[in-house]
Amino acid sequence: MASEPRANLKPLSLHVPEPKFRPGDEVDFSDIAVPAADAAKRPDVGAHPDSFHELAYGLVRVLDQDDRAVGQWNPRLDPDMLRRMLRNMAMTRAFDERMFRAQRQGKTSFYMKSTGEEAVAVGAAMALASDDMCFPSYRQQGILITRNYPMIEMMNQIYSNKGDKLQGKQLPIMYSSREDGFFSISGNLATQYPQAVGWAMASAAKGDTRIAATWCGEGSTAEGDFHSACTFASVYRAPVILNVVNNQWAISSFSGFAGAEATTFAARAIGYGIAGLRVDGNDALAVYAATLWAAERARTNQGPTLIEHFTYRAEGHSTSDDPTGYRSAQEYSNWPLGDPVTRLKDHLIALGEWDETRQEEMDRECADEVRKTQKEAEKNGILGHGLHQPLDTLFEGVYEEMPWHLREQQQQMMAEEEASGRPWARK
Amino acid sequence: MNMIQAVNSAMDVMMARDENVVVMGEDVGYFGGVFRATAGLQKKYGKQRVFDTPITECGIIGVAVGMGAYGLRPVPEIQFADYIYPALDQLVSEAARLRYRSAGEFTAPITVRSPFGGGIFGGQTHSQSPESIFAHVSGLKTVIPSTPYDAKGLLIAAIEDNDPVLFFEPKRIYNGPFDGHWDGPSKNWSKHPGGEVPTGYYRIPLGKANTVREGGDVTILCYGTMVHVCQNVVKETGVDAEIIDLRSIVPVDIAAIEESVTKTGRCMIVHEATRTMGFGAELSALVQERCFYHLEAPVTRVTGFDTPYPHSLEWAYFPGPVRIGEALKNIMKD
Repeated sequence: MASEPRANLKPLSLHVPEPKFRPGDEVDFSDIAVPAADAAKRPDVGAHPDSFHELAYGLVRVLDQDDRAVGQWNPRLDPDMLRRMLRNMAMTRAFDERMFRAQRQGKTSFYMKSTGEEAVAVGAAMALASDDMCFPSYRQQGILITRNYPMIEMMNQIYSNKGDKLQGKQLPIMYSSREDGFFSISGNLATQYPQAVGWAMASAAKGDTRIAATWCGEGSTAEGDFHSACTFASVYRAPVILNVVNNQWAISSFSGFAGAEATTFAARAIGYGIAGLRVDGNDALAVYAATLWAAERARTNQGPTLIEHFTYRAEGHSTSDDPTGYRSAQEYSNWPLGDPVTRLKDHLIALGEWDETRQEEMDRECADEVRKTQKEAEKNGILGHGLHQPLDTLFEGVYEEMPWHLREQQQQMMAEEEASGRPWARK
Repeated sequence: MNMIQAVNSAMDVMMARDENVVVMGEDVGYFGGVFRATAGLQKKYGKQRVFDTPITECGIIGVAVGMGAYGLRPVPEIQFADYIYPALDQLVSEAARLRYRSAGEFTAPITVRSPFGGGIFGGQTHSQSPESIFAHVSGLKTVIPSTPYDAKGLLIAAIEDNDPVLFFEPKRIYNGPFDGHWDGPSKNWSKHPGGEVPTGYYRIPLGKANTVREGGDVTILCYGTMVHVCQNVVKETGVDAEIIDLRSIVPVDIAAIEESVTKTGRCMIVHEATRTMGFGAELSALVQERCFYHLEAPVTRVTGFDTPYPHSLEWAYFPGPVRIGEALKNIMKD
């Protein structure tokens, strides 16, 4: 067998995707197709997924260029509801700003902002029932804010302080609240996907009425767990909403490394025979409408829906990431779908139900509330300033009952602390 | 009862007692599993509680974790332990840590059943013993029965346990005890006291070892198929060995180990899994740390070799009577 290529054939070549823009590049998004806001049809919730494949390739939108809500997907929300939605998004942004700064001030180790993606979490959370179970990824803090989870609890968790109900055992922002239908966040990508499907299957098997929803980034759709979850969801028609947040970037890898050059992420649904929608993720009304539609499908045993939220990660992946090192700074300002908070605000103004002064006032109120809460949270301590939890809690919760080897290690650690004379040895 | 029937009976008892117990896995439903361990359960408890799954181990365990978080008690089957690796992340990063990372808000009370071990000409994909991989992970429990009686009592305790448990079933002894002589006559459980299995509920607590033979000269620590092989080797060599069936390796019954080794002064560890970083290494370290001044000989390990499980040379790989017998004679020389 010859090891040389055959001279009469053209040599093969490997395609390695490359994003269109790198730092310093002029950005031109004219190739991103943005259909008219009223272009997408809204199928009956009982329609067979095969009858609306085009929705996996288009873009479900509600807010048009003139800030009006139009088309079949218009959820026709009343102004109070719209203002609540706007406030939840503004509060999420204010919270992110403040906690980002807290990390920069050395008060915690890590933070992840959801700037530019607030509509994805807030829009969905407002469309779900308050007791539906969410299996989020790490950028859906808007769900907790929408569900009125106390912000101080979020901050206590971020600071791993003595008020942290997770006892400082989790990385900052990896919240958990069973009571609020918010599953413990994992850092391992897409592991929550089959778990959400399992929860939904259990709910269905028990004749419950609650459904599950889960979120992952577009990069994580490459994980095996994503595909396992889609298979299970399809096979058992699990009452689950599978959200893919396509924010274009997985740390520094652009969406092309998850297959975006070949097709959309919503189109993944077609191969599984489940309903697929591609939604303008910066349009809070579109996210709301799509989630409500998917929830109705789930609640009426029509099975799962996969929703791709087409959005943009305005900030770095986390406080440990510097996006200026790999993408053009113009990307966010030129993003063709705009900013979700601004678009909803402009819609309310166009309705005559809001104005810039009230917006400024609300932003100030949000910032004040966050700042006030932060002060309260910091009374419980910040990360690195002493050990906030009693030392022996380190060994609690590995098992329901502590086995001998952990008990021995716990005793050893406590003896070390006694010998050291440090003040936090005892509970 | 053979071990498969005992395992079946344990699930039956638990499904009848607790409607939250669900059985899932490839082929476990209508067909009753490739080893028939779940036979009849779907017919009795319905498809909502006993169902076939797609062939995706990470999906099976991930879904089980979600069901556990809902409040069910899933008993997923991984058809062969060799295929558990695609589910490793769900077991190690998710099931094992869920209680800890959520400070008890969410738990994964799942019992993963899986046939494991060699001696059936299963080649490298149907013979492995991966228990030490899981024993290394904080938050998981690992249980391995050696008789039908133990299998049922331990499986019931595992299903009742609120922590994730790996329940490895030694498939070489599903149908009968095995003395290690591959060309010898095969036996069935009807002539073994461990084959007497009550039909109703009983449990054997996790973390409690069983002294299957009392002796004064050497302690043999073993589990699964090796319990029977060791019993036979002791008979053949005439050494007065104390044989301890660990039954669960996490948590391991340290009191039983210490008491026995302190008494006999010698310790031999036998497992089928590969040697390096196998559970024998942990046992050896524990014995050395706790019983050093009572030891009259170095702690010895008899294990599978550090190769993949070979197909045609299976019986050269398997830690059988020759290898164990030699090691036993050697440890008695000191």
